[in-house]
Amino acid sequence: MTVTALGAAVRRKEDHRFITGKGQYTDDINRPGQAHAYFLRSPHAHATLKKIDIAKAKAMPGVVAIYTGDDVAADKVGGLICGWMIHSKDGTPMRAGPHPILAQGKVRYVGDHVAVVIADTLSQAKDAAEAILVDYGVLPANADTAKAQSGPEVHVEAPNNTVYDWHIGDKAATEAAFKAAKHVTTLEIVNNRLVPNAMEPRAAVGEYDSGNDALTLYTTSQNPHVARLVLSAFIGIAPEHKLRVVAPDVGGGFGSKIFIYAEETVCVWAARKCGRPVKWTADRTEEFLCVAHGRDHVTRAELATDAEGKITGLRVKTIANMGAYLSTFASSVPTYLYATLLSGQYAIPAIYAEVDAVYTNTSPVDAYRGAGRPEATFVVERLVEAAAREIGMDPAAFRRRNFITKFPHQTPVIMMYDCGDYKASLVKAMEMADVKGFGKRRREAAKRGKLRGLGYSTYIEACGIAPSQAVGSLGAGVGLWESAEVRVNPVGTVEVLTGSHSHGQGHETTFAQLVSSRLGISIDNVSIVHGDTDKVQFGMGTYGSRSGAVGMSAISKALDKIEAKAKKVASHVLEAAEADIDFKDGKFTVKGTDKSVDFGTVALNAYIAHKFNPQELEPGLKEGSFYDPTNFTFPAGCHICEIEVDQETGVATIAKWTAVDDFGNVINPMIVEGQVHGGIAQGVGQALLEGAIYNKDGQLVTASFMDYAMPRAHDLPSFDVGMTVTPCPSNPLGIKGCGEAGAIAAPAAVINALTDALGTEEVPMPATPQALWTVIQKQSRAAIAAE
Amino acid sequence: MPTVTLTVNGRSVTADVDARTLLVQMLRENLHLTGTHVGCDTSQCGACVVHVDGKAVKSCTTFAVQCQGTEVVTIEGLAQDGKLHPMQEAFREHHGLQCGFCTPGMIMAAVDIVNRKGAVDEATIREELEGNICRCTGYHNIVKAVEAGAQAMTGKAPARQAAE
Repeated sequence: MTVTALGAAVRRKEDHRFITGKGQYTDDINRPGQAHAYFLRSPHAHATLKKIDIAKAKAMPGVVAIYTGDDVAADKVGGLICGWMIHSKDGTPMRAGPHPILAQGKVRYVGDHVAVVIADTLSQAKDAAEAILVDYGVLPANADTAKAQSGPEVHVEAPNNTVYDWHIGDKAATEAAFKAAKHVTTLEIVNNRLVPNAMEPRAAVGEYDSGNDALTLYTTSQNPHVARLVLSAFIGIAPEHKLRVVAPDVGGGFGSKIFIYAEETVCVWAARKCGRPVKWTADRTEEFLCVAHGRDHVTRAELATDAEGKITGLRVKTIANMGAYLSTFASSVPTYLYATLLSGQYAIPAIYAEVDAVYTNTSPVDAYRGAGRPEATFVVERLVEAAAREIGMDPAAFRRRNFITKFPHQTPVIMMYDCGDYKASLVKAMEMADVKGFGKRRREAAKRGKLRGLGYSTYIEACGIAPSQAVGSLGAGVGLWESAEVRVNPVGTVEVLTGSHSHGQGHETTFAQLVSSRLGISIDNVSIVHGDTDKVQFGMGTYGSRSGAVGMSAISKALDKIEAKAKKVASHVLEAAEADIDFKDGKFTVKGTDKSVDFGTVALNAYIAHKFNPQELEPGLKEGSFYDPTNFTFPAGCHICEIEVDQETGVATIAKWTAVDDFGNVINPMIVEGQVHGGIAQGVGQALLEGAIYNKDGQLVTASFMDYAMPRAHDLPSFDVGMTVTPCPSNPLGIKGCGEAGAIAAPAAVINALTDALGTEEVPMPATPQALWTVIQKQSRAAIAAE
Repeated sequence: MPTVTLTVNGRSVTADVDARTLLVQMLRENLHLTGTHVGCDTSQCGACVVHVDGKAVKSCTTFAVQCQGTEVVTIEGLAQDGKLHPMQEAFREHHGLQCGFCTPGMIMAAVDIVNRKGAVDEATIREELEGNICRCTGYHNIVKAVEAGAQAMTGKAPARQAAE
């Protein structure tokens, strides 16, 4: 028997099924008698629905049912909700328009749901959808974030298309800091819109059991219990005890599978209505059109510095695109997940941020890997790099001069950083990246006609979300604890039921490592149960890098209780006082003796209950915990990107990537490094390749993998990844979380490297070859004009 | 409705399919081999890669009727006699997967790369994986896995191979 220690790079338990084709994803599920749903979607960004004629379509072969917004209204199915209340500066609540699961009266973006056709086969459903006649009254579209507030009205409930105008920080103190500043650095920043593009498209199967009047929804969800709660309490599909939500293997999410969408809701609603299981799987273009997108900020940012190169103030004005409807957590992203991180790793005495959230005729925008924190890091790290250059300081030295060095540290924007060592990660990254040798490498590149640049990103994020009372006071509609139940079987094997849900993070391995190391049993004797509301009582799911810090803390707390109870049982088996029992390496020992008994024997005795009085000590060995964190966690680190730009073609090639992250204690470094790699790739994708583009008519012109540049193997280098460790004091395992760091750190590192290479701060994202070539041409024209 | 007969993972199968049925649909829906995935509709992502007569093809862009009389191997047929293929082993050993959705196509493509090119180095692997998209791993560990799998399959050290 091998006990797997915390910190061991053990290979993943779940991999066998994935590498042999035995994974089970939602689209792999087929139910007897199942029909297929196909959504007729709006081809217009903005239009009134004057008439929908389904008569001809309904008579087509294989058609089971066709439903429109009228059916939804007649059945009193509630609309989709946004679960985080934000108030504007004047104290008024955010202005949200209704979000029906099938459009009622109006469509508001290309892809909006006009009708659902349910037929025996998908082909029949598609054929019938073509026969539906819709009379659209086309309206002008509003698809430009920066001009949204003066564009066509999207919802009558939101004048000037403004959902809220929110602010944070001390305005007067910040203005005073800018007045007194020796130097002010100003940047205009567009944080480009991204499409999450998990490789598994969203899918759902709804099924109704008339015998028990109960519904089941199989779906691609990061948080099946939250889905059930929303479907029950707000949309009114069925009470929670009559609705089971199952999320089997989930093929990536990156935030996009947190949310409750129209299609999944329609499948479960329609299953009862039409009396057949209803299945829907998005094709990739549907995924592009209708999944919640990420980012899409337009920002003016300013940094004030004094004569000694100390930062004295930071001021930000951001317009955040919400899309056509407020998605499940959309309102929290550009506010409490964004502006609260604007202090970065720096001691900044005064910060003031204003955020206007706007409606447009585009797909809803919500949390995507990092969610607000990449946008904040980009603002801070671009400002810091630009400021250092403007005042003639080395960017690393400027950062060190301004780093927070004493903890806990209260920022001016809510967050209380609990621990960290920002200098340590910067110094280590600079050594690994051989920053000293950069000048030589740059000169060598110049000989080859390449412009070489080096950029830093010393990022911070707030993870492990989150203390329920704290987020409640900020407007969250839910608590953000996590649950765990540890069931010890009579033979000493263990099942852990967790409210976290893996969509690639390897919970079946890391969670089992924790149990193995705590109970002294083999990792093979532990199984992790998740993703099914009939098995796990409740949970908040996986997002915000919370499953280690919060989900595993809940397991740890439940294990404490298991250990305490097992000690009681062991004391009876060993005929010793409970206080004299030690538990170590899977063995219960009577202190100072060689009398001992192993964990399996104690488990068996807990169930046979022969050796203790069951009136005094309950039989069995099963304990649960709800863990609510005491603070956010604050992963931080330093990424350094070295890049070369071909002056002739504008092609940028990453020459070297160095990442040094402080995630606190690490359970499985192999998995943690994998998370870092994937995050960097998405961040580099944002910086160099990806961008969702809507034209002026609100058509998404990047709606396939032919048009939207996903990072491929040849776009990326291998990454040099290191770590520093300051154990997190805010949870029992000292974990901070690692899922989003790469995506948060990377864009600023790339753009800081490109602006260094090109000698101008005006490099847009994505920095495609065309964009960079244009910058280079502009510079050479300016240079010629200057001569 | 046309009848198609082909060999899948060593077993002869016959199915009546719509003429427009894609190979991936026949595999997933008629034969219940759900290891082969569909990640896009433009033949870009490679989640659907299988081997037809020993060559990697994207089964989302191949009609089932085109495969009449062929020999098809899917991810379910790669392990032999309960023993994992060296490329499968390499993906596990090098953490070349996270969510697992792109993995079957990645492994089938990787085996094909080695069949064509032999022991491949990092640069060759990155070029050759052009038709397979992974959103989780940043490719770092996939590249390592393919390099190790290639070595295990050929017994040779990695080398730069000409791009096609």
